[in-house]
Amino acid sequence: MRRDIFQAIADPTRRAIITLIALQPMTPNAIADNFNTTRQSVSKHLRILTECELVKQEQKGREIYYSLEIEKMKEIDKWLNKFRKIWEARFNQLDKVLLTIKKPKK
Amino acid sequence: MTNDLLFDFTVDKTTKTVFVNREFAAGLSLVWDAFTKQEILDQWWGPKPWTSKTKFMDFKVGGRRFFAMVSPEGEERWSIQKFTSISPKTNFKMSNAFADKDENPELPGSDWDLNFSEQNGTTKVSITIYNESLARLEKIIEGFKEGFTMCLQQLDELLLTLKNK
Repeated sequence: MRRDIFQAIADPTRRAIITLIALQPMTPNAIADNFNTTRQSVSKHLRILTECELVKQEQKGREIYYSLEIEKMKEIDKWLNKFRKIWEARFNQLDKVLLTIKKPKK
Repeated sequence: MTNDLLFDFTVDKTTKTVFVNREFAAGLSLVWDAFTKQEILDQWWGPKPWTSKTKFMDFKVGGRRFFAMVSPEGEERWSIQKFTSISPKTNFKMSNAFADKDENPELPGSDWDLNFSEQNGTTKVSITIYNESLARLEKIIEGFKEGFTMCLQQLDELLLTLKNK
């Protein structure tokens, strides 16, 4: 199943993780230290974020560091902009349709 | 055409909610009809070069609109809307989902809340779409992307001819 990015960022813990690693790459243990949940739960969140390609992993020595894929975050916005354009086009059409309906009655 | 009518489009990604606000230079009754009568809806709902084709629309609580976006090549992408609440010329709510050609919805869909109000001859429409998913947005955008920017110029000409009829 395809992961939904909206779903990924809908979770408060995952949003907090994003905020943390936006500053610097971090290991899962260092991330988990910031939360009152289990490491397993943090790993699960990291896995979801990884599946959505919002974070990337990098091996440094024996540790894995997680960092934020800023481009991916930007991509979401670009994407939403396309959706906005659809609405814009639709409404521009409606403007004209409203004009045509109005006129004959006068 | 330039105008100074309001248009806002915002997305709250954390709650998966989309807000669309737009003003129209027309009276409330006319705008309400444009959103609730299939023969008018089909004239503008499909962003060109796609067109909207409504197979049936029963605008009452519990009623449904079954419609397709039709590509220039004739490909049809069906959706189904179910009206869950109607306050004439003020508000209506509906659930919206993609469907197959046999009216089977692909659930879950999104929930729409549309508000209409008029001030000094300008009608404002505020649309809130709840539970929108990225997968669904992707499907919508993917479908429309061909010729989307190009069509905006064609649009002006096309609608001019319509107007002069």
